[in-house]
Amino acid sequence: MTAPASLLAPRPGTRARHARNRIATLSIWVALILVVVPLVAVIGAVIVKGASSISGSFLTQDINKITNGQKLAAAFAKVAGKQSTQDGIKPAIIGTLLITGLATLLAVPLGVLGGVYLNEYGGRSRFARLLRFLTEVMTGVPSIVMGLFVFSIVVVKTGFSLGWNVSGLAGSLALACLMLPVVIRATEEMLKLVPQELREASYALGARKSKTIVSVVLPAAAGGIVSGALLAVARASGETAPLVFVIGITRTTNTNLFSGGNVALSTEIFRNALSYGSYATARNRAWGEALVLIVIALSFTLLARLVTALFVRRRAA
Amino acid sequence: MATIAPERPRSQKLSEGPKPPGRERDRVFRWVTFAAGVLVLVILALIFVSTVAQSWDWFSTRGLSTVFSSRWSPKVYPVGTPKAGQAVPGTGFGAWALIFGTLYTSLVAIILAVPLSVGIALFTTDVGPRWLRNPVGYIIDLLAVVPSVVFGLWGVFVLATPIRNVYQSIADFFAPIPVLNKVFTGNPLLGTSVMTAGLILAIMITPIITSLTREVLATVPIAQKEGALALGATRWEMIRGAVFPHSRSGIVASVMIGLGRAMGETIAVALVIGAAIRVSPALFSPNNTLAAIIAQNFGEAQGIQRSALIGLGVVLFIITLLVNVMARAVLSRGERRLEAGK
Amino acid sequence: MQPTASQTDIVESVSIDTPSGVENGIHLEVGNPEIFQRDDAARELVFDIEKLKILYSGVVAVADVDLDIAAREVTAFIGPSGCGKTTVLRSLNRMHDTTPGAVVHGKILYHGEDLYGSRIDAAEVRRRIGMVFQKPNPFPKSIFDNVAYGPKINGKKRKDLDDLVEHALTRAALWDEVKDKLKRSALALSGGQQQRLCIARAIAVEPDVILMDEPCSALDPIATARIEDLMAELKREFTIVIVTHNMQQASRVADRTAFFTAELNDAGKRQGILVEYDSTNKIFTQPSDPRTEGYITGRFG
Repeated sequence: MTAPASLLAPRPGTRARHARNRIATLSIWVALILVVVPLVAVIGAVIVKGASSISGSFLTQDINKITNGQKLAAAFAKVAGKQSTQDGIKPAIIGTLLITGLATLLAVPLGVLGGVYLNEYGGRSRFARLLRFLTEVMTGVPSIVMGLFVFSIVVVKTGFSLGWNVSGLAGSLALACLMLPVVIRATEEMLKLVPQELREASYALGARKSKTIVSVVLPAAAGGIVSGALLAVARASGETAPLVFVIGITRTTNTNLFSGGNVALSTEIFRNALSYGSYATARNRAWGEALVLIVIALSFTLLARLVTALFVRRRAA
Repeated sequence: MATIAPERPRSQKLSEGPKPPGRERDRVFRWVTFAAGVLVLVILALIFVSTVAQSWDWFSTRGLSTVFSSRWSPKVYPVGTPKAGQAVPGTGFGAWALIFGTLYTSLVAIILAVPLSVGIALFTTDVGPRWLRNPVGYIIDLLAVVPSVVFGLWGVFVLATPIRNVYQSIADFFAPIPVLNKVFTGNPLLGTSVMTAGLILAIMITPIITSLTREVLATVPIAQKEGALALGATRWEMIRGAVFPHSRSGIVASVMIGLGRAMGETIAVALVIGAAIRVSPALFSPNNTLAAIIAQNFGEAQGIQRSALIGLGVVLFIITLLVNVMARAVLSRGERRLEAGK
Repeated sequence: MQPTASQTDIVESVSIDTPSGVENGIHLEVGNPEIFQRDDAARELVFDIEKLKILYSGVVAVADVDLDIAAREVTAFIGPSGCGKTTVLRSLNRMHDTTPGAVVHGKILYHGEDLYGSRIDAAEVRRRIGMVFQKPNPFPKSIFDNVAYGPKINGKKRKDLDDLVEHALTRAALWDEVKDKLKRSALALSGGQQQRLCIARAIAVEPDVILMDEPCSALDPIATARIEDLMAELKREFTIVIVTHNMQQASRVADRTAFFTAELNDAGKRQGILVEYDSTNKIFTQPSDPRTEGYITGRFG
């Protein structure tokens, strides 16, 4: 047997192994591009097409009857021409903000309390583990099923339903059901990070458990909880399926969530895209609404990031 | 400066002295948090009971044969007529075609999304340049914020028309190949099809699978990775030899959770799938899913048709529940195995 | 900051503070074994512990502990890791109530009352028996709010808080260093300052006893020296029980010392036991048990 020319010389097969490694790395880069391209395409399309629809009156006017199909004949005249100056989406903007707002008011306190139960009281008990499992399961419930659930228990007139009719409130309830498990999970994760020593320091001063949780544990975890809740709000503000048949419809702004139909940006986009997609006005409206909706959802996300950043910096100080 | 210590009730007996306030509040607070925790259980139970009750008419008319019949041709007598809300004779309310459509589109979505998601997760943990790892994570999280309806809007107005030509070329390519020419075929009149829905779904579930997979990959011990590299493994061999075996069950669970999301995704699918009832493997033809048909038809539905649509919701709920429970089971079994191996 | 200068600060600020009613006789007689006999009338007992046994999830952590702790003395618990000294300390203010799975058997009398009696409120126990922890653990709040937290939850009026905070910080020898930055975050303080803040926080609720769980183990020698000086002053008013790994520290600060160790029990599991309890002087100069001698002379542990 002859000695190899150099100890560091590649052994047989090495070349193929490195080729495989390069192919794998390349595939991963391709995967990244394949996902980033549609994201850029979607956001780019919404910005470009949406911006041309948006004007002062678009944001501040009521929804025009004509484009909602009542008098399509009259609309034909406008298809080729410019958009009606009376056409706007204000009721949908207000509706989205109010419905999401009420859902937040319902889901965040309950979710935080639920998270407190799981982490501070339940711990590793059998019942707490069951609830933790059910919370995971609940995050997987499809949003359309939440819509059907709220319809079955709040809106419909038969069975053991409250029979309240369609309203913004019904939409808020559906969104709150979607947000609740997310907030519970976020709260529990954040509470887990609070060092046990802080709780003990409080107990050692004669504080009771509830006082310790409210005055020491929750403030220490506040940044993370707020950020998690904001992400849930961002997600909820864009939801369509749970709202589409429980909030009804309106063309004028309805600030009363407890009575009368309401409208949200997401349901408006859906309606415009589904039924009137072939009419330029409806299509333009949908893009304009999509831009406003994305801006709203993104603001909540950015706010969440900001809170996290501030929180991390305060921790580090 | 205070110089004298305040009087302390040192001699007072513990059992008799004043107690720190809040004893009652403590008990109340505990019960309030307990109630909030139990709310999850209550809501889940209510979802099941109330939707089953509302769809009972549909279930009870023809029983399980309704669920497994593929005929969905809803016609009911309109409001104001004597038989308002009842089914017109010969009308079918079978769920099977929609169950098939749901499983098929989500399967397509999963096949497309899994390699992308795992690839990007690896990019952010092991493969990408360090300075790019966090930004990529942010960008993927950004995807999760884009509302479903916006993806649907883009799918139907931007993607659908030009992609018809792509479908046509693929169909032409596979036409002479048996079996595959039954799959890669169809009639995408408006570009709406199983494939379009699968593409949009794949983009939508990529963030959730990616972020869950990232969490799993982050738990791979660095010692194992360095051990593999120290033996002379290339990075890809390290990933295959050290990363994948350690995180297999976690990745499987992430994929199943993504599958559950895909099956339940409603609005985007409702806009791009094209609303056709058929049990067919043709990828480029319109089809429909449980969730999408509810969103498309619920507004006008009355009587038995509404009951049937809520029934489709129950079927969807049960399927996604099973997938999610299985995902958790895979995950906890994997955790136990890892713990046992320690 | 120069350590020597600030140490004199401590002595000055606290020596003004000596309450008049304290019986000063006891610590003069450290080293005389007779004074520590149980039936000696001069010793005011705070804790009388009998047959104490503590289990975690069914496993015995420490058993057969009998000792008594006198008022206004520093009592040190020493011993190797895992000997149960911290476990015993945490049973003295019912801290184990907050850990699921911990069970306390036996009797702990506090001023003659059963600490674990059915009519005893654990929160009141912890108010009277304060605790300082191994790692400084100030709340992520301002310095002022850290000290004011205890008085506030115990129902002190808002207008009295300023005085209470100043008083507590003064007694913990921290006032001069922080009086200008009371609103700043407590987390910005140095480790030693944080630990003195934790002592101030404990003092602020006017406890009777202060339990200290290795209070200096996370601190440098200078900060440690200041805490030890502080302990010598605090003992005029408070009963102090300290757990320490550091034998020199025990010999410097403690009037009495209990030596714990871990041994295999009948079930073959490691379990903590109390080996010897006596005046610090006797423990360190003429221990009666060979295991104590072995530990303090460094043969094991």
